[in-house]
Amino acid sequence: MDKWLQEQLPRWRDAANQLTGIEKSKSAQADDVMNTVHSYREIARDLSVARDIAPGSKLTRYLEQLYARYYRALYRKPGSLWQEIKDLVLVDAPAIARSLGQQILSVSTLFIISGLAGWWLINTYPELVSLFASEEMINGVSRGELWTDDILNVLPSSMLALSIFTNNVAVTLFAMCLGVFYGLGTIYIIAMNGLMIGGIFAMTAQHNLAGRLFEFVIAHGIVELSVICIAGAIGVSLGMSIARPGNRTRAQSFHRASIRSAKLIFVCALFLIGAGLIEGFISPDPGYSLSFKLSVGILYMTIFVATLSGVPRYLLSRNQQV
Amino acid sequence: MEDRLNIPSITGTDLVFDVAGPGGRSYAFIIDWHIRLLIALAWFLLASLIYAGSLSWAGVADDSLSGYLYIVALPAMVIYLLYHPVLEILMDGRTPGKRMAGIRIVARDGKAPGIGAHLVRNLFRLVDSLPFAYLIGFTSTLVTENNLRFGDLAAGTLLIYDAADEKLALKEVEAMHGARIGLQEAELVQELTARWDSLDSETRLDLGRKLLKRLEGDLPAGLSSEAVLSRLKTHLA
Repeated sequence: MDKWLQEQLPRWRDAANQLTGIEKSKSAQADDVMNTVHSYREIARDLSVARDIAPGSKLTRYLEQLYARYYRALYRKPGSLWQEIKDLVLVDAPAIARSLGQQILSVSTLFIISGLAGWWLINTYPELVSLFASEEMINGVSRGELWTDDILNVLPSSMLALSIFTNNVAVTLFAMCLGVFYGLGTIYIIAMNGLMIGGIFAMTAQHNLAGRLFEFVIAHGIVELSVICIAGAIGVSLGMSIARPGNRTRAQSFHRASIRSAKLIFVCALFLIGAGLIEGFISPDPGYSLSFKLSVGILYMTIFVATLSGVPRYLLSRNQQV
Repeated sequence: MEDRLNIPSITGTDLVFDVAGPGGRSYAFIIDWHIRLLIALAWFLLASLIYAGSLSWAGVADDSLSGYLYIVALPAMVIYLLYHPVLEILMDGRTPGKRMAGIRIVARDGKAPGIGAHLVRNLFRLVDSLPFAYLIGFTSTLVTENNLRFGDLAAGTLLIYDAADEKLALKEVEAMHGARIGLQEAELVQELTARWDSLDSETRLDLGRKLLKRLEGDLPAGLSSEAVLSRLKTHLA
């Protein structure tokens, strides 16, 4: 036993040092990799011996740690962050968006119906507007002023863009993550957002301010609301993965759906940065005309839809063929 | 009872992991929460003092508010919110808290999780932290197999116990080399001699005598505490 330990100790020490080198390097020579594979097999053999002669001992635990480290190092994914981001935007996001088409349609319909319901509710019962708007907002609108009118006097554009981006990301992530409650959390968030927007538009329409609110919203709002609907669709798909896991366990089905859809949410979050900048710098600025804001909104939405439809990948592959 | 996870390997020797329970996870989280809170707070106070000359933005001129936000408030918020995802990616599934608690995040097949898995795991903190103080996440670790919270279920990860200091573990193994007794006995002697001073005199004498009796057979009566310790150490020499 002692002789065996005496023979193996220097080898384990060398193996641990060699492994540290492999773990820290981003690429490795073929010889180093072969040596690592060889050492992995040797450590497996030593661990098997140690488990047999000294189960539960410190020696066995040490070798188990070393063996697990080798396993992690050898099965590490070949990582290129840039390639991963490129694949995410060009390949994965369009494919996932396509596969979620039905959910996106359902959630968008829910959002529109909720918006119309909010509009009808406030038109029919104007006093209920306090459910959706603060007293300050209601008083301002009654005086013919929109809360967005002098927003740039309260906050500089950059701060406004940042706070809007943060808020949008929070709403988007909640709309997605709350899908774990069988999709009910997502449905609640989407319905509430729809009701609120419909209700607010109805309130402003009653004071002939809906046009000005539309002018404020149009440049950033189309993409912003689309992202929230997509996040809702992802949330619903998460809920469905738990409710109807098919031939997988619920945990497996949920894991698969989460990893897949999280890729899409990261791409959508990138578009929220742009939406935040537009909302901070263009939307509240009276210097920009309605037609300019409308053009920005349509252009940004076109880029968004094109990205999720796989157009950049198509253009890149066509250029490579030429 | 400790949960163990066996993963078959191509070598024929299974990988065996001890799965971290709610206690180990909570311990690591509490350490990390204090670290990130303190770092964020330290940044906020220091940057605020340097930028605004006070600990509040009340005295900051209107045209300097943006600067205050970007230099003082935003980095503090970023430190607090991105502490877990950034460190877990950079430290290969660990954070300072997890390191102190001796635990590590791995994928459910024992491999290192990718960047995406780390991000998804942290994204679902939104759900795990509901309604307050990580109640959903904590309850989930109590009722699920392998003590998983929603973030782990989503990302396909779990937390395992991992030696906090592998070099120390090797040193302990090396210390047993040269022992004249079996490996398990050597471990017992090493543990007892290492903890000798922290045990009360009656307990250590009793444990020492029992161990010596197992190693040497009958002992002379009236052995002092020092004599027991010295005889134990000779078995490791």
